[in-house]
Amino acid sequence: MSTTISVGDTRTEVLVEDLKRTQLVQYAGASGDYNPLHTDDLFTREVAGYPGVFAHGMLTMGMTGRILTDWVGDGRLTNYGVRFVNQVWPGDTLTATAEVTAVNEVDGEIIAEFSIVTVNQNDVPVVTGTASARVD
Amino acid sequence: MAIERFPVEATHIMMFARSIGDPNPIYADEEYAASTEVGHIIAPPTFAQASAQFDPDYPLRPKIGGPWFGSGAKPTGIKRESSGGGGGGNGGGLHAEQHFEYHRHIGPGDVLTATTRPGETWEKQSKRAGKLVFRESITEYRDQNWRNHRETNRKLRSRST
Repeated sequence: MSTTISVGDTRTEVLVEDLKRTQLVQYAGASGDYNPLHTDDLFTREVAGYPGVFAHGMLTMGMTGRILTDWVGDGRLTNYGVRFVNQVWPGDTLTATAEVTAVNEVDGEIIAEFSIVTVNQNDVPVVTGTASARVD
Repeated sequence: MAIERFPVEATHIMMFARSIGDPNPIYADEEYAASTEVGHIIAPPTFAQASAQFDPDYPLRPKIGGPWFGSGAKPTGIKRESSGGGGGGNGGGLHAEQHFEYHRHIGPGDVLTATTRPGETWEKQSKRAGKLVFRESITEYRDQNWRNHRETNRKLRSRST
């Protein structure tokens, strides 16, 4: 088994700096999740009781995917899962880090396992997760 | 949720990739994509969520002529018992976890069907928020050749203190 990826390898990437409300609108339009909590400040403050609109969890998961696909290449993920541990707000800067936790040969393919964490500008995790991918 | 027909289109993939801020040309540039190991445009790993666009009953999309709980002249367009809830999936509850299992990566020209079934339900005691109830739903996407792609959506369904 020879591979260029080893346990303990890490990679860090800034996903977004100063997240804009307009990006939440873009994500709502593309994903079809038009929950007003993500785009409608008046509703979110006065009806839902939050300080203002906040990002779709799936937007953060979508942005975080890059840390994996930029690393292992396209079409190679076999699993990708996250927990949403804190909200993401407009103005946030998000940084993702992935670490290789295992490399195994499975049915003739080399599969790397990753742990993932995306943090905001205060170093507070917003999503944590795991993934696996075919690697060379 | 059941989606009978989710036609995957290149423009939709491009818009989705833009919205997550991912400039990878495999999501938009046909010529580049042809030169890669995959050989064609594919969708970003979380794109299956955009199937909501093709769910006729998706509650988080305004229906033409129907009531909508977002603001207009007033902070909400309708009287509602509860506030909006979380994003993704079926609406209602806070989105707590999301897992995807990939059997193949979808691309333009695929026509997917999706079926959702309930998974596990469990409770957790939180010091901060009291009893939390989690409910899982599992959606299987199948393409025109019946190859699948699975996602598990875990939601914090209700919260009681």
